This record gives sequence, C-alpha cells and structure tokens, in this order.
Amino acid sequence: MITAGCDIGSRTAKAVIFENNKIIESIVIPAKLDPAESAETVMKLVLEQADLRIDKIGKIVGTGYGQQEISFAHKLESEIVCHAKGAWWSIPSTRMIVDIGGQDSKAIKIDKNGKVIRYTYNDKCASGTGRFLEIMADALQVALEDMGEMGKTFNEKLIISNQCVIFAETEVVSLINENKDVADILNALHHSLGSRVASQARSLIIEQDVVMTGGVAKNIGVFEALSTGIGTPVKALENIDPQINGALGAAIIASEI
Amino acid sequence: MSIVAGFDVGSLTTKAVILKNKKIVGAAMIRSGPKPVESAAKVMEKLLDETGIHQADIIKAVGTGYGREKITFIDKAVSEISCHGKGAQWLIPSARTIIDIGGQDCKVIRLDKQGKLVKFITNDKCASGTGRFLDVMAKVMNIDVSELGKLSVKSTEPITFASMCTVWAQADVIKHINSRKSVEDICAGINTAMANRVAMLTNAIKIENDICMTGGVAKNAGVVKALGKLLGCRIKQIKKADPQLIGAIGAALFAQEMALKKVSSEAA
Repeated sequence: MITAGCDIGSRTAKAVIFENNKIIESIVIPAKLDPAESAETVMKLVLEQADLRIDKIGKIVGTGYGQQEISFAHKLESEIVCHAKGAWWSIPSTRMIVDIGGQDSKAIKIDKNGKVIRYTYNDKCASGTGRFLEIMADALQVALEDMGEMGKTFNEKLIISNQCVIFAETEVVSLINENKDVADILNALHHSLGSRVASQARSLIIEQDVVMTGGVAKNIGVFEALSTGIGTPVKALENIDPQINGALGAAIIASEI
Repeated sequence: MSIVAGFDVGSLTTKAVILKNKKIVGAAMIRSGPKPVESAAKVMEKLLDETGIHQADIIKAVGTGYGREKITFIDKAVSEISCHGKGAQWLIPSARTIIDIGGQDCKVIRLDKQGKLVKFITNDKCASGTGRFLDVMAKVMNIDVSELGKLSVKSTEPITFASMCTVWAQADVIKHINSRKSVEDICAGINTAMANRVAMLTNAIKIENDICMTGGVAKNAGVVKALGKLLGCRIKQIKKADPQLIGAIGAALFAQEMALKKVSSEAA
C-alpha cells in the first residue's frame, strides 16, 4: 500500500509518500496563510513529483498545528507521536528526539518500540524556536540557511546573555554597532539557542541515542551547540531532511492503519 | 535652603528631579543614549537650564537606575527598588505595594508602613510585561506608544491575545490589522495582554493595599484599568507627579536625608 503523511506546520508544510517501508518522495514548502490551502498545495506537489494520483494513496495521516484543516486525511495524529515514529523508524536506537520547529520546540522520550514515554513542549516563548533564528537572520541581514556555515569560522567568543528574543535582538544590534564579526555573533546565537533547548531536553533526563529533527537541525551551529548543551553527541537523520520527520512519521503511521 | 537632586538613568529614558525645601522645583526627562554617563550629564544640563539653579547649589545628589554606578557627580547610588518605594510612599503614604513598569523591566515592591522593604520581585528576563512589549506593539500599529491607553478606552470588542510572548503577540497584532479589526480593539487587547503578564508577576508575591503604579506605563489608562481588574482592586494613581519620575524623586529624597544628616552632624 502506498501511504502519505502531511505535516502542516506554522512556517512550512511538508508531505511524504511512503511505500514498502521506503520514502518514495518528500517535499517542503513555505506555509500559506490558510492551512487548508497549504495542505492542498503540498499534497498536489508531492503527488506530481511521485507521478501519482491521490486515489492511488491508500491512507493519509495528517499532523502539525494546521492538521484540522487537512480535508483529505484519513486520520490525524499528534506531532509528538509522528516525530517519535519518524525518528525511531530512521534510527531504531533513538530514545530521545529533540525537535526545533519554526514556532515551537519539543523533547520526546521513547521506548525501544518507538512509543512515547514523556515529552516537553514549548510554544509559549519564541526563544528556543526557529523564530529566534529568523529574527536574528533579519537583524544580521544574512540568509537563514547560511547561518550555520557562516558561524563555523569564529575568532572571538561572544556571549548573548538574554534568552528573550526581543532583548537578545537588542544585544545583537549592539554587537553589530561594536563592529563585532558576524561569524562570532552567529556562533554566540547558536550557542544560546542550543543551550536553551538542551535545558528543556535535560528536564526529561537524557537517554541515548538523542536525535535532532526539525528545520533548525539543518543549522550545524545549533546542532553542535545542542550536543554540547546536553553533554552527549546528538545524531542526525541519515540522508533524510530533518524537516520532513513529522510527515514521515505520519506516513509510517498511515501504513500501519 | 536645601537643594538636592535625584537622577534615574534607565534603559530607555533618563530622569532628574530637584527638590528645594522638600518641594519638587524642577524635573527633566530625556531619552537615554548608549552611555549612561553622558545621559546623566545631559539631563543635568537640561535640568539646570530649566530651573536656573547652579550645579554648585546642589548640596547632595543621589543616582539610581541601571546606569547609576556610572554617574560621576552623585554622592551615592541607591537601588531602583529603594528609590521607587521611597518616591511612591512620599506621594501616596498609604501605598504598600508598588508596581513599577519600566522600559525593559517590571518590579513589584512591598513596603511596610515605615517604608521598609518587605519583599520584591522583578522581571527583566522577558520583554513581555515590560514597556518594551508596548513599544513593539505600538511600532507595528504605527502609532505612538502614548496613544495605546487613550485608544483602548474606546474599544467595544477587545481582542484576546492567545500568547503573552512579545514575538507571538506581535505576529497576532499583524494578523488582526490585516483582518481589519479596529485599532481600538487591538489596543485594548495589547493592554490586557500586558496587564496579564504583570498580574502574573504581581500574584507571585502577596500584595497589600494600597497599590500604586510607577514608571511610564502607569500613564497608560488601559493597562492600569486591566491590571486593577485582574488583581481585583483599584490601583491608586499618582497625580502629584509624573509616574515616570518616581525613581528620580525617590533618589532626591535619599539625597535630602543625606543633606539633613550632614546639617545635623555639623550642628553637633
């Protein structure tokens, strides 16, 4: 059976086509204002890529904050369960998932069968979410996707002392005015975000293997800072875009219906 | 004749007050620059200009605010907590709880009858519940922050904001502007969101009547009203002076105490 997973997030919409325990196609698009439109578009595009019609898809599972608007889903599942499933399927030794999305962050503990044991979730405070990086990218006038690489070559250790995005942004502006190196500022920002989410994860007591997912996992600086923060090397999904992990989990769950 | 001065170098504004024979005879306020020492010098110059008083006539000066340690011409630096308590209780002797909302922080101060500090709690970690929250929202709405209060009073259907975080609330404001909600209703929502965050902090310590508000946000009638409602009490408004000057007034009162001590020790 061919199945699909559709993850309608706050910033991006993701879809995965899954067959015979393999990912056939996947896609990430920027979210539209209307979650229903995001869902229609992302599904249409992934089907085009796979050269499939929607009636060939046996089951579709929806997830993400806009899941209620996915008209074609056979079942809805929480982001927590989907992320757990996706990461566990990719790396069976996973016992903990740290996911940083566009507007939230989660730490999830799972058992050896991929079942969720405990989790923490933050969507109350923009600090510790992808929004933190977006705002800083704006302030520094660099592209979001370049931040990770740019922050690698640093000379001077800088510290961003405020966790609040608003106050941290002011700090960044001061550092720019002091002619500090952009790479050094980026490095400090990555550490700030990584350690903030690491302490959220540590509240669950760390268990290996820890896997990082979500769009922010593509930022090597935050990825490494998270490892430092939780005190153990974090794993990345192999050959899978960490941003599609929720949609992947949804597609796997669809195959089990 | 005793002339004393108080300086409050805050994150956004710098304030100064001159007391002469226990009366406020002059006050000045400027926007803080990047260097507290320069902000203090500038406000001093403005104050002397406006009052015609010479710096040499000021017998004692006390500084407060986050930049207080950098002021060169003061005799002593005193914490903001002490100065706000002192200033508020001088103007409203029945005040026992003082809620001070500054440009980048919020403090709740409990005093006893004698003005002694009982307890305090402060937030300078999160922009929500500080003046900064209102600044960000006013900017998005393209209005002056001073208009938020006046506009919100005219609201008929206040908007409820789901989130207290400044970043999320800012996105919500944009959404409401785009969906053509009335400016008044959005302002009312902003003020209530602000009051919610301050009430959260306030409720973390046991409050006691009378409650009064200091700092620039005390001039926003919408926040004052919403906060009163949330705390289940009426907030006493300081009318005899600009609430934004209370820290500087408190500092001047400490300077006055120093001046009196000096006089009495000289007399002895």
